Amino acid sequence: MTEAQPVAGVPRRLLWSRAEVVSLRDDTPRVRSLTLAVADWPGHLAGQHVDVRLTAEDGYQAQRSYSIASPPEAPLLELTVETISDGEVSPYLTGELRPGDIFELRGPIGGYFVWSERQPGPLVLIGGGSGVVPLMAMLRHRAIAGPTQPALLVYSSRNWDEIIYRDELERLAAADPSLRIVHTLTRAQPQGWQGFRRRVDKAMLEELGVPALASPNLFICGPTPMVETAAQASVELGIDAARIKTERFGPSGG
Amino acid sequence: MTEPPISRGFRSRKPQTEQRDRVPPGQYLTTDFPVLSAGPTPSISVDNWSFALQLGGSLLAKWNWTEFQALPQTDLKTDIHCVTKWSKLDTQWRGVSFDTLLEAAGLSEAPTEYTMLHCDGGYTTNVPVADLKDGMGMVATQYDGLPLAPSHGGPARMLVPHLYFWKSAKWVRRLRFIEKDEAGFWESLGYHIYGDPWREQRYTGD
Ligand SMILES: Cc1cc2nc3c(=O)[nH]c(=O)nc-3n(C[C@H](O)[C@H](O)[C@H](O)COP(=O)(O)OP(=O)(O)OC[C@H]3O[C@@H](n4cnc5c(N)ncnc54)[C@H](O)[C@@H]3O)c2cc1C
Repeated sequence: MTEAQPVAGVPRRLLWSRAEVVSLRDDTPRVRSLTLAVADWPGHLAGQHVDVRLTAEDGYQAQRSYSIASPPEAPLLELTVETISDGEVSPYLTGELRPGDIFELRGPIGGYFVWSERQPGPLVLIGGGSGVVPLMAMLRHRAIAGPTQPALLVYSSRNWDEIIYRDELERLAAADPSLRIVHTLTRAQPQGWQGFRRRVDKAMLEELGVPALASPNLFICGPTPMVETAAQASVELGIDAARIKTERFGPSGG
Repeated sequence: MTEPPISRGFRSRKPQTEQRDRVPPGQYLTTDFPVLSAGPTPSISVDNWSFALQLGGSLLAKWNWTEFQALPQTDLKTDIHCVTKWSKLDTQWRGVSFDTLLEAAGLSEAPTEYTMLHCDGGYTTNVPVADLKDGMGMVATQYDGLPLAPSHGGPARMLVPHLYFWKSAKWVRRLRFIEKDEAGFWESLGYHIYGDPWREQRYTGD
């Protein structure tokens, strides 16, 4: 992270806009995606996030950040939210919102954890749980733009049913020989599971050939301990720290 | 914009505590200590660590770890506010205050009105001198009575608790006095140039 350059897509001033829920999709038992129509959306880059603000009847307001799951090319904005059971905002977004409901958001925010197909070098995405959301925006963008570089997604989930975007990821990989998707299931595995069954670590990245890649761009997103381990492992494998971008979700993470 | 839309069925899950007046707008209290940084956590041995004061490109003073530890230490109990929305009350820090650093460098006052902080990993952030002096800023090496963990910025981070926490740069190594205010890393990526949580200055133009 040596050069900090302003990036297109970061507007000069971020105003609150109204987002209308167009549709809802259940991705897993605890994760729901919201498709939103946002008035005057200025556009975004893959990897950016928005701030959501909810207002209660008594005027109480709460704000939280959510990554944008939809690619820059999509006409509607998609957010993918995991229900934190004792949480304040996420259970409302996943459990209460109905099509036609309106709430406020502003963005796009974050000009560093972003990727575009024009960025040279192979793409390595490492995600844990809902940390896959901004990475999905990158993969969707890549599929639309037309892949020119190989890409690898290493995605850690607790079990098979908690893999967010599972079918879509399968379709993306099937349609694109230069995209490799590797799941690791940390808590429970289906019968006959041949894949990884542990948290992302150095040996895993080594086995997947990450150190052999020339000038890769790494994006790591998820709970803090996962991000710390994966970023540390990548540095130990000889990857230039300046090529590793990280995003840590929520408190100390699970 | 007119009145915000009411989210039917949405209400505060947090008990309204007497600490409400210590939480800036849009923030919520956490008891965790979340970690936020743009890249990998650098591992820095205190043997190779030093901290420098610079004026533009010239060196004013420099301390190695042992020398830095020998400077008068300040304890500070304070609330901190991260732009990602969490606030944490009564955090306990120890380190060397900006005022002490100036004095130890033989300076009666700061040579300019602005500073840029430079860190391992290339991160930078800008802070006005007025927000560092008179006990407002320090270089912290301990949190909660223990050496600062690398993921929280150890061995040493800046602490400017009255501004959003990205200003409290982790892994700080140099404080450079500059004539004019300039944007640092996050400030040139859409975050506010000053970052006052009480005025909710999160992003450019707030
Ligand atoms: C840049 C950024 C992008 C984000 N993108 C997404 C996204 O795309 N999808 C998404 O679902 N979330 C995302 N988050 C997390 C999100 O902002 C909220 O923190 C999360 O939804 C919890 O909010 P809450 O109000 O439900 O819980 P809170 O009321 O804030 O917290 C309730 C309890 O849950 C714990 N907790 C909070 N968050 C988590 C977590 N992530 N994991 C485990 N425990 C937690 C808290 O410590 C607390 O004990 C993002 C966060 C950041 C900073």
